[in-house]
This record gives sequence, C-alpha cells and structure tokens, in this order.
Amino acid sequence: MDILTWTYILVGLSFALYIGIAIYTRAGSTKEFYTAGGGVSPLANGMATAADWMSAASFISMAGIIAFSGYDGSVYLMGWTGGYVLLALLLAPYLRKFGKFTVPDFVGDRYYSNKARVVAVFCALFISFTYVAGQMRGVGIVFSRYLEVDIEKGVIIGMTIVFFYAVLGGMKGITYTQVAQYCVLIFAFMVPAIFISIQLTGNPVPQLGLGGTVQDGSYLLDKLDGILVDLGFHQYTAGRKSVVDIFAITLALMVGTAGLPHVIVRFFTVPRVKDARLSAGYALVFIAILYTTAPAVAAFGIYNAIDTVAGQPVDQLPDWVGNWQKTNLIVVDDVNQDGVVQYLADPEKNELTVDKDIMVLAAPEIAELPNWVVGLVAAGGMAAALSTAAGLLLVISTSVSRDLFRTFVPQMTEKTELIIARVSAAVAVVIAGYFGINPPGFVAEVVAFAFGLAAASFFPVIIMGIFSTRMNKEGAIAGMVTGLVFTLAYIIYFKFIHPEANTPENWWFGISPEGIGTVGMLINFVSCFLVSKFTPPPPEDVQEMIQDIRIPRGAGKAHDH
Amino acid sequence: MPTHKEQMKKYWKRNIRTVLILLSVWFVVSFGFGILLAEPLNAIKIGGYQLGFWFAQQGSIFTFVILIFVYVYRMNKLDEEFDVNEK
Repeated sequence: MDILTWTYILVGLSFALYIGIAIYTRAGSTKEFYTAGGGVSPLANGMATAADWMSAASFISMAGIIAFSGYDGSVYLMGWTGGYVLLALLLAPYLRKFGKFTVPDFVGDRYYSNKARVVAVFCALFISFTYVAGQMRGVGIVFSRYLEVDIEKGVIIGMTIVFFYAVLGGMKGITYTQVAQYCVLIFAFMVPAIFISIQLTGNPVPQLGLGGTVQDGSYLLDKLDGILVDLGFHQYTAGRKSVVDIFAITLALMVGTAGLPHVIVRFFTVPRVKDARLSAGYALVFIAILYTTAPAVAAFGIYNAIDTVAGQPVDQLPDWVGNWQKTNLIVVDDVNQDGVVQYLADPEKNELTVDKDIMVLAAPEIAELPNWVVGLVAAGGMAAALSTAAGLLLVISTSVSRDLFRTFVPQMTEKTELIIARVSAAVAVVIAGYFGINPPGFVAEVVAFAFGLAAASFFPVIIMGIFSTRMNKEGAIAGMVTGLVFTLAYIIYFKFIHPEANTPENWWFGISPEGIGTVGMLINFVSCFLVSKFTPPPPEDVQEMIQDIRIPRGAGKAHDH
Repeated sequence: MPTHKEQMKKYWKRNIRTVLILLSVWFVVSFGFGILLAEPLNAIKIGGYQLGFWFAQQGSIFTFVILIFVYVYRMNKLDEEFDVNEK
C-alpha cells in the first residue's frame, strides 16, 4: 500500500479512538468538566500531562532545530524538561492542596483580591491563545501534507475534531484521550528512531546510538563535526550563542514551563498531594523518553541528509528529495551548473535548502523505512498537536467561565457555568482556527512570547504565594504587571518595531528576546519584594491558609461533588 | 512535648532543606555541567560523547527524572515522620 492509504488508515483509526473515548467519558458536572472529578491515577495523569505538554513543536520541530543548530539546540532539551523539577518541587503539591481549579483562582484567593485575579486571567488567556494558534497551524500543516488538502481545509478539519472532544468531553474526556494520544505519539516517534539508529550505528537504543560509531568505525558525532566544518559550518557539538544567552534562554524556558497554566491545571486532577508529586515524576519520565531521543533523531537526520544528497549528481537524487521538493520544503538549485549538489555554509555557493520542520516527518523516508511508518509519523504529529490544543482550550474556557463570570456573577448556577464554559471553548476554537488559517506571520515568535510571559508573570507570584507568608496583594500585582510589561516591551521592540536591531550588540546584557523572560522574572521578584515591604501584610486568614497548603493532610476535597 | 505549631515549623524547615539540596543538583547538572562548564568538560570523552555535550543533551534530563523521584520518596518519608501524610 502507498503512503497516502496508510496515512488515511492510521490517522482515521487514531481519531476514531480519541472521539470514542471523549464520548464514553462525557462530563456531567462542572467539576468533572474542569478537573476530571479529581479521580485520575498519577500514572494516567502523568501520561496525559506529557501529551498535553508535548506539542507539534516538540514532535515535529524540535529535532529539526537541533539538527541545524547542534549544541545550541540544548536550550530546548534542558529548558523544556528542567521546568518539571521546579513544578514538582515548588508548585504542584501546594497547588493541589489548595484545591481550586485554576491558576487565577489561586492568585485571586491567595492575594485576596479580584484585581489580582483579573490580571492573572489576562495573563492566562494571553499565554494560552498565543500557544493554541500555533497548534492549529501545526494541525493544518500535517493534514495538508498527508491528506493532500489545502491548509485551510486542514485547519477546519482539526478545529472540528478539537471542538468535539474538548467541548463535549471536558477534562475527563481530555485526560483519557490524552493518554491514548501519548501512546500514539511516542510509538510514532520511537519506531523510526530505533530503525534509523540500527541502520546507522547498529545500536537499537537511539540514546546510545548517538554516542556510537558509524560503519567506518569512527564516532558519529566526531564524523558529523568533521563533515560540517569541512562544509564551512560550525561544529555540531560546540555552541555559537554566547554562554549568557544560552543560560538566560534555558532558565526562561524552564521557569516558563513551570508557569504555564495548562500544565499547572493538570495537577489539580489527581486525588492526593502525594499523587501530585508522583504524577510530575511520571510526566517527566514520559517526556524524557521523547526528549532524550530527539537529539539522536536530529544528529542521524542531518548526517543522513548530508550523506545522501550533498555531493550527489542532481539527476540521481533519492526519491524522498523529490517528494518533499513538491512542498517547497526542500529546494535544490544547481547554481554553478555542474550537475552536482553542493551543500555549503556560504549562501552564495550553497545549492541545497532544507526546511528544519521536515526532519522528523521526512526521516522515515530518508532511511527508506516501510510506508506504514510514514503514516504512523503523521498520526503521531497529529496526536501531539491536538492534545495540546485541547488542553489549552480547556484553560481558556475555564478562565472565562470560572475566573471571570463566577467572580462577578456569583449566584450563577452550575448549569449556566457549564454552558458558558462550552460556549467560550467554541469561540476560542473559532478564533484559534482563524489564526491558524491566517497566521499573523510570526507564529514561531509568538510561541517564544508565551514562555517569556509565563516566566515573568505567574511563576514569581505563585512561588512567593507559597513560600512567603508576608507577600501581599500590592506586591503581587506590582510584580505581575512590571514583569509582564517589561518582557512584552522588550520582545515587541526587538521582534516587531526594530527587527533589524535584533543583534547581540544591541541586546541588554547580551540576552536575546527568547531569554528575556529571565530578566522579567527577576524584575517581578524584586518589585514584589519591595512593594510588599512598604504595604500592610496579608490578613490573618490568608496567612493561615498559607500554613495550611504547606501540609499535605486534609487535601482530597476533589472527591466531593 | 512540642506544640503542633512548632512541629509544623520544623516540618517546613526540613521540607525547604530537601528542596534546596535537590535544586542545587538541578542547577549543577544543567546550568553548571551543561552550560557554564560545558567547554572544559568537552575535553573528556565517554564513548562518542563529549561530556559537556552529553550533559546538555542527555545527562541533565536523566538527572531531572531521578531528582523528582528522590523528592517523592523523601517527602513521603517526611510526611510520615511528622504525621501529616494523607490516609
């Protein structure tokens, strides 16, 4: 069977599974809609968190970015996993004990202020929207490539499916669907990685294969360093970015991960505080499987691509080059007319351009794996994008219905709240779909936004809310506002107002807009601290509440309802 | 016999100490070995891996996983010791 048939079968089967689960577990009460009735096991929750967390960016783009940037790509590997350590040790258990539904809920109650709650809702909505628009685009790209439809149609199909299981199913539907999606996406990622590792290095474990030897007995990484330097590129295992910038970006991504509302909300769904801790551990295990394999896929991919294309006659290129040339994601242009493909760092003489997003998608074709593997990868990419989109939509709908409406219309019935939640999820799908079809032209930049903003707004006030009894509402609001405004201003200045000035010489302290969330976070902490020093301490009952969330016993309220 | 409040203060102190120890390991493997010391460590090779590169792309992630499970284990012990665990 050909690739297209396999894609239809595998994507179709996986979708039938997701929708079936969503219908089977339809949410009855509001509480179930938001947090799965508090009854998800830590293992299942860990898996769902991993699927929620790993988006199209992790599945499709990350290995490609690493392939073309080598050591510098480590910022994503460490940044997007190290955040879970912060989450597990500093946030998850306490937020679970606190026992409300959302991050703005915590901010509003802990800082006894609806103003703080509204600022938090604004941050949560902004972060989630920027993120979900990118996912919709990812869904559209995968659909259009494999189902051979326009990207518009691809996005619309994706919207419909996300709408069905997120809006009808609620959190419980999402949780179990995400468990299924994790299984699909990890299987789809690992199968080609293992095959290619065996082909190239003889070792079935990609993590070991990366440190292994190729046919001629030399180490893969040494050989790759040598090849790249010969072609005029930078060494694979050495960095080009400054140490300061690498440091700042990694920290911003870690802290941003720990501050992302759609990740935090997952830890409200387990029954006990100790489950919240354990669940973060499981989540990281499931994430680490993909994240330690990705650098291997990256190195194998770039090695294979150079090996099979560079220096080959233009009319004898392998089939996969032709397949991807149709999408314009690979461009071969015989500039010097010698009939041979030159791949060089010098843009004047280079004749091969490869889009970094195709590294994972094309890897099975490059390695000449069977067609079903190619179809499987399509299903995996889709699972990654859809699971993240659904989790984000839930945060958006919860923020609107619960944090905004419930706060200002407290007499609202549960039923009305559920309807508002569903309507706002539906509106969010449509808006996200619109941005998926008409991307503002800066989707990649916007995703970097989301992390910087989460790092600069949420993380410090949640940490202070748990670890300081003295932190008051004035400090928290000042911190969130200054951190957010500073980070936003820096990113907008360098990305949109003066993109031509976006060079290391102009950056403050040599920190790029991707890493500026780290500085924003420090500003947030400092202003929190200073403002709270000169304003009255929080009331008695809030101080007691803080003491209470520090102790695990007494949680488990999630069982009620 | 110490009061409940003092006990809880002690519990919290022990908790903070555990977290700080684990976070310093977190910092050393990623920001230390993977970034600040990556270049000198790259002089050491294990198989085909240069050590700094290995920490940045593999070792730090493995360590993160271990850290969380150590935390879970230590905290469960601590909760039991201070009788604040969930039944």
